[in-house]
Order: sequence, then C-alpha cells, then structure tokens
Amino acid sequence: MKKILAVDDSASMRQMVGFTLKKAGFDVTEAKDGSEALEIAKGESFDAVISDVNMPVMDGITLIRELRALPAYKFTPMLMLTTESGLDKKTEGKAAGATGWIVKPFNPDQLLAVIKKVIR
Amino acid sequence: MSIDLSQFFEVFFEESLEGLDVMESELLNLTPGDLDNETINTIFRAAHSIKGGSGTFGFTHVSDFTHVLETLLDQIREGSRELTSEHVNLLLQSVDCLREMLGDLQNNQETDLTNATQLKEKFELILSGEEQSSNVQSPAGQQQVAIEAQTDHGALDTYEVVFKPQHHLFKTGNEPIYLIEELAELGELDVVANLELIPDIHNISADECYVTWTFYLETDKGEDAIKEVFEWVEDDAEITITLCGGLFGDDPVEENTANEPSASESSAQTTAASKNETKNDVSPAANKAASKAASTESTSIRVSIDKVDSLINMVGELVITQAMLTQLGEGEITENKMMALQEGLAQLAHNTRDLQESVMRIRMLPISFVFSRFPRLVRDTSQKLGKEVELKLLGEQTELDKTVMEKISDPMVHLVRNSLDHGLETPEQREEAGKPKVGTVTLNAFHQGGNIVIEIMDDGAGLNTQKIKQKAIQNGLINEGDELSDDEINELIFMPGFSTADQVSDISGRGVGMDVVRRNIQSLNGSIEVTSEQGIGSTFTIRLPLTLAILDGQLVTVAQHTYIIPLISIVESLQIDLKMVNCVGGGLNVLRLRDEYIPILRLHQIFNHSGAIEDLDKGLLVIVESDNQKVGLLVDDLLAQQQVVIKSLEANYQKVEGVSGATILGDGRVSLIIDITGLIKLAGLKKAGSTELAIESLESEEA
Amino acid sequence: MEAVVDELLDSADEHQEDNICQFLTFMMADEEYGVDILAVQEIRGWEEITQIPNSPTYVKGAINLRGTIVPIIDLRARFGLPQVPYSSVTVVIVVKVGLQSGDKIMGIVVDAVSDVYSISESDARDVPDVTNTENTEFVHGLVNVGEKMVVLLDLERVLNLEFGASKN
Repeated sequence: MKKILAVDDSASMRQMVGFTLKKAGFDVTEAKDGSEALEIAKGESFDAVISDVNMPVMDGITLIRELRALPAYKFTPMLMLTTESGLDKKTEGKAAGATGWIVKPFNPDQLLAVIKKVIR
Repeated sequence: MSIDLSQFFEVFFEESLEGLDVMESELLNLTPGDLDNETINTIFRAAHSIKGGSGTFGFTHVSDFTHVLETLLDQIREGSRELTSEHVNLLLQSVDCLREMLGDLQNNQETDLTNATQLKEKFELILSGEEQSSNVQSPAGQQQVAIEAQTDHGALDTYEVVFKPQHHLFKTGNEPIYLIEELAELGELDVVANLELIPDIHNISADECYVTWTFYLETDKGEDAIKEVFEWVEDDAEITITLCGGLFGDDPVEENTANEPSASESSAQTTAASKNETKNDVSPAANKAASKAASTESTSIRVSIDKVDSLINMVGELVITQAMLTQLGEGEITENKMMALQEGLAQLAHNTRDLQESVMRIRMLPISFVFSRFPRLVRDTSQKLGKEVELKLLGEQTELDKTVMEKISDPMVHLVRNSLDHGLETPEQREEAGKPKVGTVTLNAFHQGGNIVIEIMDDGAGLNTQKIKQKAIQNGLINEGDELSDDEINELIFMPGFSTADQVSDISGRGVGMDVVRRNIQSLNGSIEVTSEQGIGSTFTIRLPLTLAILDGQLVTVAQHTYIIPLISIVESLQIDLKMVNCVGGGLNVLRLRDEYIPILRLHQIFNHSGAIEDLDKGLLVIVESDNQKVGLLVDDLLAQQQVVIKSLEANYQKVEGVSGATILGDGRVSLIIDITGLIKLAGLKKAGSTELAIESLESEEA
Repeated sequence: MEAVVDELLDSADEHQEDNICQFLTFMMADEEYGVDILAVQEIRGWEEITQIPNSPTYVKGAINLRGTIVPIIDLRARFGLPQVPYSSVTVVIVVKVGLQSGDKIMGIVVDAVSDVYSISESDARDVPDVTNTENTEFVHGLVNVGEKMVVLLDLERVLNLEFGASKN
C-alpha cells in the first residue's frame, strides 16, 4: 500500500484529505504542522507528501525544502495545497522543490484526480 | 468515489469557532502601528483556514466573506498595508459576523447576510483604495477564464507534443510515466521515446532523466487539456504542442492559445463536468449534519492525550485486579484466600474510584474557555460607558465540567456587565475619590474542596446599602423596622424583582435581574454570594460543583419509596424532640433548633405517598438548606450514603416538581433525586394562606 | 414472552411491502388497538416500578431500561377505562415517539399483545363521527382485519401528556 503524509493545521481538512485518500486505498499519516511532519517523515518513508502552506510552527514551503534536502525524499512527489490568492506561493513552493500544487477549495474527487498525476 | 463531506462539518465548525476565538483575542492584543509579526500571522492563518475549509465544504458565503478578510490580512502581513484601528474594529466585527454565520450553518438556519454584505463592502472599499485591488478581482476573473477554457471542442484534433524534460526532472518528484498515462486518458496516444541523449554507461547518473518523448495525440479536449497535463513540469522541460490536423469542429482552435493556464483552472477542469453535481450533493448533506448539530449544544469534546493515557493506565490496573480476583476465585476458598479476597475487593473499589475520577476528568475543561470572551466584552462595554477598565484573569487553567461551563457563561457575563456598569465609577469620579483612573475587574477561579469557586471582583464604589435598603422597603421585601446587617442587605439584590439602577441602562438593565443569575447558578447546584465595602469594591463569589454527572447522595425512605437527598444540602439529621415542636397554624409544624425555627416538611405529604410514618417523633428529620433557608424533611429512615450517577427524568418524561433527576441504584431500581428548592416551592404552593405566611414570617426572622 | 415477540417481529419483516404499514396490535378491555410497528422498541413483562410523585394516575412510574429512565403509562387509565389487576399476560410495550420536546422512549401498559397486521394505508378509515369510544382524539383510524375491527392509535397524541390532560 502506498503511503502518503498529509499535513494541514486544520483538523477538518486533514480529516477530509486523510479520509479520501484512505478510501482510495492509500495508507495515510496525518501531521498538524511542518515540524511534526518533518519528524514523522524522518522516521519512516512515504511515497508522497501533501502539505498545506500556511501553518503554525513550520510552514509548508519550509517543510518541502527541508524534505527535499533529505536523501530519502529526493524523488518523492510533494504537493502543496494553496488558495487561488496564493499564486506567488506557487513559485516559491516550486523553488523549494514542490512537485505540484492543489488548489483550495477542492472536493475529494478533485483531490484524487490530482494525486493520480504523481502516485498510483 | 462519493464521500459524504458532512461527516467533517462538525470538526470544521468546532475548529473554525476556535479559530475565531483566537482571532478575537489576538486582535485585542494588537496595537496598530506596533505590529507583531507572529500575532498577525496567527490571525491570518485562522482566517485562511476558515476560508479553505468553508470553500471545501461548500459554505460559499462564508468563504466569500472570509476571502476579503484574508486578502486584507495578507497585505498587512506582507507589509504592503499599514494596520489601522479601523481595520481592527472591522475585523472584530467580522469575527462576530462569522460566528453568527457558522452558528446558523450549524443549526441549519438561514443566515441573514445583510451584516456580512455591509462588512464585505467596507473591506472591498479599503482594498480597492489601492492598486492591489487587482488582487481581489483576480480570483473571480480567473474563474471566468477557467470556465470558458474548459468547454469541450467536440471535434477530434491531432496534436504533436514534444516533451524534452531537463535532466533534473525526477528531483521535482514528477514521474514521466504518469504524465504519459494521463495524456493517454485524453484520447488516442502514440508515444515515441527518443533515447539518443542517454550518455555512455560510465557517465550515466541514475538520478537524471535523459529520455525525451514525442507524442501524437488524437483528442477532442483541446490544447489546454494537454498543457494542464504538463502544468507542473512546464518550467522543467521543453514542451512544444503543435496542432497537426483534425476534423473541423465548431470552435476555432486559435482562441485557446490566448488563455494561459491559470491556477484555478486545474481545479475547474479536473472535474469540470462533475462540478455542478458536486455542489448539489453537498447542500442536503449539509442540512442533515447541521440539524444533527442543532439537537445538542455541542457533541464533541477535545481531550488531551495525558488524560486518555491516565485512563488507559487505570484500566490496566483494573484488569490486573480482576485477574487477581479471578485467580483467587478458583479452587476452594481458604481462610488465607479470604483475606486476599478482601484485599482484592478493596483494590477493586480503589481502582473503580480512580477510574471514575479519570473519566470525569475527560469532561473537564479549563475555565479559560469562558474567560476568553471577557477581554472583548470588557473592551466593548467600557468604551460604550466611557470608563477605563483593566481586566485581570486569574486561575484560567482551573478545570470544570464542560456542561457546567456552558451554563455558567451567561450568568458571568451578566455579573461582569453589572460590575462595569454599576460597580466601577467614571474616571472623573475615581480621581475625585483618590483612586487610580483605571478601574480593575478581576475574574478569579480556583478549586476548593469538591467545588470550583469563581470570583468576580471590582474595585468600584461597592454596593450602596442604603439605596438597597430603601428599595427593598419600597418593594415590600423587608419592613422599615427590620434590623439587618450590611451583608444581609446586600443579599437582597438576589431577590426577585430587585433592581437598584435609577435608570435602566443598555448594559445591564435588560430586565434580567440578579435573581435570574442566582436561579441559573442554583440550577447547577451552585450558590452565589456577594461581599461589598463602600468605596472599596464588591466581590461576587460563585460556587459550583465540579460536575453535574455525579452527586453524593443520602438515600432515605418514605413508605416503600427510596429517595436521594443531595449530601451537599444536608445540614444535619436528627430525631425530633416533640417538646421543641410548635404548630404555627395551617398544619405547619416548626422545630425550634438552637436559635432557629425550622419548618417541618413531611415528604410523604408533599409527594402524596401513603403508608409512611406520620408521627413526628417516630421518623427522622433531615435538615437541609437551600437559598439560605433551612427546612426539615420528615422521612421514615436514613439508608446509606453513596455517589449516584445523575440520569435525566426529563429526557423521556417531563419536569417533575421537587425532583431534579433520577438515578439507578445498585439493585437496578430507579430512585428519584430530591430538588430541595423545588420541594420548598412545592410545599409552599400546596398550602395556601396561613402556611405561606408562616414560612414568610420565618424567613424575615431568619434574615 | 421474548420468543413470541421475536416471532411477531420476524413475521413483520417478511411482510415488508410498499405502502403497507405494519401494526402491532394489543388487547385492552376486549378491544383491539394497533400501533405502528416501527415505533415499537421492545415488549417487556410488567415489573416493579418506581413511582413518580404527583404525576397523573395514568403515569405508573419509571423503570430502568438498560441505564435509561423510561416512564410507564397505563393505557387503560389514560383512556379512562376501568382498571384491572395486572396479570401474567400484562405487558409493557416500549415505544419511541417524536414529541415536540424531542424523541421520547416510553412504555405503555396493555392487557396483552395480540398480533401483527400488514395494513394498506388506504384501508384505514377515518374515525366515524359516531363511535363507541370516548377517546377519539387518540385515534388515528379504524381498520377491518377479517371480522375484527382494529383501532389504530395516534401515539404522538396518546403519549403527549400535556394533551388531553384535563381528562384526568
């Protein structure tokens, strides 16, 4: 089973993302901010990372940059969740090593359609 | 895949309301001009999360509204806009407005958007004041583009797509195979891989991508769909898309090239067809979830891990004890075993009590949940009154039961408003009296025994005992000649229909008096008292049980019925000495106990039970106190004292006068819990005329 | 007792069809009454009960139903029928009704449980103006099953204790 790390500070979004991915057959681990995610990611391996951008303690961009620097995550697809007003964040995320982005708001079907681009 | 989003609504509401609380308290911390980055970031994140969630779960009016907030906050955060106090006020109003919107959603009610629309317009006015306004417009604009771009062409075109990724492609986490597969979903695909660029085996780095591809795709989806596939790699690869032929469709293809793919497009296009459907799906589900939420105040509770851990520990111990007892139960019981068995049972009792306490702790939340609403309240109210007030919060971590907390909030608001309005003086008056200009209101919470004590203190003028006395005489609560101590006079403000304010003010004089506050607190099995000193200030002290779920009870029998009297209200129990009993008329007996006259209420009479002991000296008298009023309850006998779990009688039946609830005894029988205040009322109601007078005359004598 | 109930409820399942309501019927003073089977939670024998003080005579008291306090209503008393001593066939039908104040679980004491009928909604006749029962306000409809006539009860009204309270 492919493992995905889902990071969001909002519990409802985290639950929704987690629930959707689990239903689609992924093994999902949830984290509530970048720093928690980084700790988890160091301890085990994941096939993909989905992260919100605006989070307390450590934001999503920093998380992606830190992860990308780790040998184990050199090639791992990493997607960031952004809102349409965060267009400049897209460039920033890309520079940090993000694979792609998912626009908020999204529904479960949209999420899965996007995930399919990087992991199956 | 269909996923019922409504299952996430409750969490969303909960976290959003928490987010709003955070926003509010942080906003109150803000000083315009002296901006703290972390504060504004926290506020921004709260707004951002609410917007993201509400958008996702289909609450568009909330996300539309939050969008303007977020935009403004983003600009402030980025430093491109100066925070003004007008902004803070507007943001605070928005917090209220959002709270209302979310509350309505939660209760499945229509939201009145007038307020929201007005606020939104004000924000838009601020935002459009500068060129950044394009930022506000753009999302809508993009949406438009996206919708236009998504129209299918209905005709088959063939494209040649050349895809030459740069060597580092893999390091972005992209996988060409998936891109190709996605491309194949658009139509008929031929793939030609170009291997020429693969270097000599010695120079190959496994990390790099050397292959390039040429695709021939026959599709009716248009060029934008192809671009979207490559959206994430467009900067990491050379991509050329050439239309090489196809059947004529209705739309000229050239138009498409004008539209650069935009961010919102990816969301719009991925499920272009299902978008409307999805929306329709959400609303009935939303209704369902919301109506569920309406039936109970709040259905979930957050529990810290350490509480759960201690619970697990407890259960572990219980299991061990149980194993030990099982072992002891095997084989013959010898005398030695008997001892061990008794020890084991004692251990079991200990475990059970610990477990019960731990489970109770789960329902306990720090009182800061209630306290946190006061900074705002004090700020708004004192502004309105033109008073300068400092609010001090002490003991915010003191925990109490969630249900108690929900119910204590309103009485506290009333008391704080009262302190601000009637207690504290204006800055001028304070200076005249030689006090600091800024008044202080202190909220303090702490545990004392099995109770939580909440104090509301102000350093204002104190209660005007003369005025209270005058008013009480006017209202016939006391007689002119009554000798009352100051404390006794102050107590009078809790009597029904009492208000000392010369003018009914907007702040506290809303027709809700202190009597209502007291009644609300008593309904929680709590009490309130006031101490006050002229010119120094007043202190209201609320005492509440830590939980409403369990009660220490005294089991009593009346005829064949077993009732429970809350231990907290029992003063003493005694056998009646007939010499000390007087009859004051109307069949009411009073017992002279030391310096007091205590009316005797025959429980069997009040509850209409036959077969009980009717002779005063044969039964037992349980002296109970409620509302500073002592009465004696005549019962047949006292049984054990025990903790009982309170069950609602109202849930399946209705309110019963004189009974506060029910419980289930060890043998499975139902037993009713006596509500002393209700009982006194019931006794008073039942016997009109002389009896009622008798009680009243006693009351004033007591007072 | 439970076996009988299971049988009744089982046979109820088999008859599930569209537009057909199933009614559990019971006897009281030689008349047969029916209640919507979907409202029935369980059927119990008469057991010792805790009186609720100062309640109407038809409220017999409350029982402990697996941790929930459930009030028990004597239907004979509620309908103003003559009282009979409770016997071995006296049963308590535990029903769930949606009242204004929320869903409530209550028990009703009846003489004996009778049968389960499938009745098409259209068969139920309105209560005739002239009827021998005094409790028309509690009656939802009348229906003929073979030779017998069954009185279908409106449980919401029967168990709304504020309703028709003046009777007692």
